[in-house]
Amino acid sequence: MTNQVARGKSTMDYEKLVQTEDFKGLVKRKKSFATPFVIFFFAAYFILPLLTGYTKILETPAIGAMTWTWVYAFSMFVMVWVFTSIYMNKAKHFDVEVDKIIQKNVLK
Amino acid sequence: MSWISYVIFFAVIALTLYITYWAAKQTTTASDFYTAGGSLTGWQNGMAIAGDYLSAASFLGIAGAISLNGFDGFYYSIGWLTAYLVVLFLIAEPLRNLGKFTMADMIGARFGAKKVRGAAALNTITIVMFYMLAQLVGAGALIKLLFGIEYWIAVLIVGTMMLIYVLFGGMTATSWVQIVKAILLMLGTIIISFLVLMKFNFNFIGMFETMKTATPHGEAFLHSGVVYTDTIGLISVLIALVLGTAGLPHILMRFFTVKDAKTARSSVIYSVWIIGIFYVLTIFLGFGAAKFVGSDAIIAENAAGNMAAPMLAGVLGGDALESFVAAVAFATILAVVAGLVLSGASAIAHDIYGQIFKNGNVTEKQQVNAARWASIAIGVFSILLALGSEKLNVAFLVSLAFCVAASANVPTILLTIYWKKFNTTGAVASMLTGLIVALVLVAISPSVMNPVEGATLITGNPIFPYANPAIVSVPAGFLAAFIGTLVSSKRHEKDEVSYAEVRFKAETGYKELDL
Repeated sequence: MTNQVARGKSTMDYEKLVQTEDFKGLVKRKKSFATPFVIFFFAAYFILPLLTGYTKILETPAIGAMTWTWVYAFSMFVMVWVFTSIYMNKAKHFDVEVDKIIQKNVLK
Repeated sequence: MSWISYVIFFAVIALTLYITYWAAKQTTTASDFYTAGGSLTGWQNGMAIAGDYLSAASFLGIAGAISLNGFDGFYYSIGWLTAYLVVLFLIAEPLRNLGKFTMADMIGARFGAKKVRGAAALNTITIVMFYMLAQLVGAGALIKLLFGIEYWIAVLIVGTMMLIYVLFGGMTATSWVQIVKAILLMLGTIIISFLVLMKFNFNFIGMFETMKTATPHGEAFLHSGVVYTDTIGLISVLIALVLGTAGLPHILMRFFTVKDAKTARSSVIYSVWIIGIFYVLTIFLGFGAAKFVGSDAIIAENAAGNMAAPMLAGVLGGDALESFVAAVAFATILAVVAGLVLSGASAIAHDIYGQIFKNGNVTEKQQVNAARWASIAIGVFSILLALGSEKLNVAFLVSLAFCVAASANVPTILLTIYWKKFNTTGAVASMLTGLIVALVLVAISPSVMNPVEGATLITGNPIFPYANPAIVSVPAGFLAAFIGTLVSSKRHEKDEVSYAEVRFKAETGYKELDL
């Protein structure tokens, strides 16, 4: 590989490629998969300081002396691990779709 | 220190030097030097990401922060881990698909203008300098503490070591040092955590009960609000933590050390597990240090609590464990600064010298030579800065690096991938505004201005109320992107690649040269 990636001298018609039903479908499915997760983890993340800063509801004991603050914090860890696993599985399906798009529209 | 301490310490250093010697024999091309030839596997790169991420700030800093401030210290763990969801869901794969060696490559894949690449390189160098300064100051303090040698000699030793890794071994050596160090660090942390848990009779819930009375904070130790009494200030810190990772040059560079986006993705998964487990264990480090070392002793050694983890190891496992932990902390710092030097050098040699001055017309040999000289320049400059910065707070420097990364880099990275109308002017405006707003606000914040004489750089009342300005500077970066784009939407920039092409390549990883 060299530095001279074919900038501006491209022979591919990308405008046409992104208009294909396959590609539009891929982008749409990727977006509708990722968006709820992104909204959820940002919300979960910023609700924690709002609750600890403006309320005392997380300061009550949950399990023994461990308060809900810690339970919330630990659930964030679980959330990160679960979401990365879900992403990993889903991404495999998208890989298959991408291969099909390249095969069908680019390498034809 | 006893003889066993010296043996353990020098064994760890010798191991890293052997790795460098081995790696030096395989480093010939520019691609080898910057990205280990893209040859790392998913788990190797995952370990190396974890190694890069678990820096002195994570290991020494979080343990100290939890031991002194309880739950407020744990916010760092939560923020820095959640940051990986941002990286994975929004950035990792498009970045790998569009870029080659650096973050500027990826932005340059859409906006070819030299000013865009220049701004990206400037941001990279600024972030690298702050981050590196933090590590060097921390390393100097650690060596000074362990061997009782002067701070300036300690900094010179660390600086020389880091240059040896980078100059001779490039990215291959840096990566393998990171991998070995990540394993040692996890091992040390697991041993300490096990010993702490044993002291608490393996009663995890009972440990919380004990901590209610173990520190001067009393029950507040287990609640949020010991340090972060102001919620807006806390949210500002959390914004920098969760977004900053996605703009850190030495982390982003890690997505180019693998062969494709699939491997980049799997390396994120490995690193998330390692980093997550480590961050859970920081609770044991922090609680253990608070209970068995005591906050008075921790503060007496280092006001910021940076020595809490090694001190805890000493109390629990004697000289041998303390020196093992200190040696691992030292290796951690060396490996992280080596990675930082590389990403800074790539911005100078690849982006500024190779792409801006030479238009990409450089031979492999010229590239590698330029990168080596750039490494020396960055190394020497940061050593000089570190020599004069002994009194600066390490955690403050790192959070500043995260804030600059979140404000100056992240808006442009996200909008380059996802916003159709985004253009050259918008990108340059966003990168420079984010950088300048973050730096100016920090300069007039409580971190730099304090009414107590000598406490900070400037004596006086802070003009800006929050230590971390991310809550203002990140929106400023986005706003500048929108305004810059809208005011120049009619202008035609010849070096812009169509959004269709960027979108197609980002989503599919398709490269024309692969045909």
